[in-house]
Amino acid sequence: MKIFIPTPLRPYADGKDTVDVSARNVGEALAGLVAAHPDLRHHLYTDDGKLRAFVNVYVNDEDVRYLEREATATKEGDTLSIVPSIAGGQVPKAAALSNDEILRYSRHLIMPEVGMEGQERLKAAKVLCVGAGGLGSPLALYLAAAGVGTLGLVDFDVVDYTNLQRQILHSTSDVGRKKLDSAAEKLRAINPYLTLRPFETRLTSDNALEIVREFDLVVDGTDNFPTRYLVNDACVLTRRPNVYGSIFRFEGQVSVFATREGPCYRCLYPEPPPAGLVPSCAEGGVLGILPGLVGVMQATEAIKLILGRGEPLVGRLLLVDALRMSFRELKLRKDPSCPACGEKPTVTRLVDYDAFCGVRGEEATVSTGVPEIQVEELKRMLDAGEDPYILDVREPHEYRICNLGGHLIPLGELPRRLHELDSSREIVAHCRSGGRSAKAIALLRQAGFKKVHNLAGGILAWADRIDRTMPKY
Amino acid sequence: MLRIGDAQYQELRRHGEEAYPHESCGVLLGRVAGDERVVTSIVRCGNARLDSPSDRYHIDPRELLRAQRLGRERGDDVVGFYHSHPDHPARWSTTDLAEAHWLGCSYVITSVERGRAEATSSFVLEGKGEDAKRFEEEEVRVASASTSPDEARPGHREGTAASDVRLP
Repeated sequence: MKIFIPTPLRPYADGKDTVDVSARNVGEALAGLVAAHPDLRHHLYTDDGKLRAFVNVYVNDEDVRYLEREATATKEGDTLSIVPSIAGGQVPKAAALSNDEILRYSRHLIMPEVGMEGQERLKAAKVLCVGAGGLGSPLALYLAAAGVGTLGLVDFDVVDYTNLQRQILHSTSDVGRKKLDSAAEKLRAINPYLTLRPFETRLTSDNALEIVREFDLVVDGTDNFPTRYLVNDACVLTRRPNVYGSIFRFEGQVSVFATREGPCYRCLYPEPPPAGLVPSCAEGGVLGILPGLVGVMQATEAIKLILGRGEPLVGRLLLVDALRMSFRELKLRKDPSCPACGEKPTVTRLVDYDAFCGVRGEEATVSTGVPEIQVEELKRMLDAGEDPYILDVREPHEYRICNLGGHLIPLGELPRRLHELDSSREIVAHCRSGGRSAKAIALLRQAGFKKVHNLAGGILAWADRIDRTMPKY
Repeated sequence: MLRIGDAQYQELRRHGEEAYPHESCGVLLGRVAGDERVVTSIVRCGNARLDSPSDRYHIDPRELLRAQRLGRERGDDVVGFYHSHPDHPARWSTTDLAEAHWLGCSYVITSVERGRAEATSSFVLEGKGEDAKRFEEEEVRVASASTSPDEARPGHREGTAASDVRLP
């Protein structure tokens, strides 16, 4: 077969514009070429033997990257073209650094891997951070400090006390403020050169594409499955890399999805878990430091993508276990049959992600179809000496935070401890906010219990409306 | 030195005006004679950088393959490329250098200010490889079709590495 040598490489191939080799595949053809003209090796391959990123190889009219790369079979009569890429562009005016900025970023500038070019790239970069909470906090702080020029922040939440254990963008005095306002103040204080683009909205199928298109890459700091799939699909559809992170208790995951060559979130998880199976951080808890650990790794990946340096976590899922302090890596492959990024994608527009994930809206997840009583009614029963059986289905460590003096049987143990209950008494089950106790009531009714009630709003409602001295968590 | 016919020269400048506010780009076909690249035709290409076409360009390798094939049929080679800088000087940027890989070829840049082509300059990618490449400005000599003597158009005097990065 014939290999066409582009003009710049001919001096290293004895001036030839074509070289004939016999080879069964692309790898053999290139090996044959390099064997005949050893000076070409350095121009085609990096020191560790990989084909240089800017070298495109075409068999006839097909890019081997979309075939089987170096394993692509060839036959007599095929032509192989080596085509170094042609690209460039001006540095946008906005990306030129002032003297003050040069001083500010000097520890970056003196590293050749960043230098002026890299810092200008950072300044020209537009990064969208979805969520200004646990992951969004370290992410936004470090990206702003590092000199990312434009940072978009999507959040519609208000700071509350339970956020402060991990969401370091927000201070005690910010409780009750919009997270975006609190974030803007902190980020501008760290870097006044930052252009901040706040989006005070929930990311939805209606607005996601429009918002994502205005940015170069997306960092996912969301805490629920519907938004995670939404971010992924929006990134695949708009061809923006998705720097993914997630956390639960002591464990975290990080990867880079939706690049041209790499897998997306759906290649890893084609279907969401059944609704309610995987607890959220609000239900299961999270070590406050964990979003710091994971968010900082996401920020690192975002910076590397902008600089075009190093090896991004494309096709690799990093698993962090803070209790064991171990980091493991799983190889991920792009799934050719992936509904989003595969060869025949069926996700060609954004869908209803709540329905896809089996979530019926926030209200519906708490106590549907089971008889409820309000905290005021329970108070009245207790005051009247009616002596209901109070069943607390939370965990023992939660009971220690606050309780109503009820009988503690954690939800998971309930099926085998039903005999402890007295079916002759009125049973009022409660948990923290009403979700787990609704499941407990459903279970009791299946087992034949008749006089059962779910305490609407759980012990939190009790603390709000009956006993304001009770701690909330 | 880059020698180019007036028709081709005007054509690549006009392409920059038409593409404004986006970057135009294309391939220069011709022959190399010693230190000179002689352009005999230009091939317009689409800008494949749909995400930020106003400050980046990328030629689809398939278009490049087509241009190369066209050249071969006429006995010509790829001798360089052109692109425009909308509202930006006709000097190479750090991005241009980082993403230039065709050693020995000319990279022609036209500054298009508010839709009008202004300065056009050309830079040769010199050096022995990726680790030691650099742009050297070269003279652009436009051979006018109507007036017989070659009309020299000295390039835009700007664009050393230091001035480009604007160190204090």
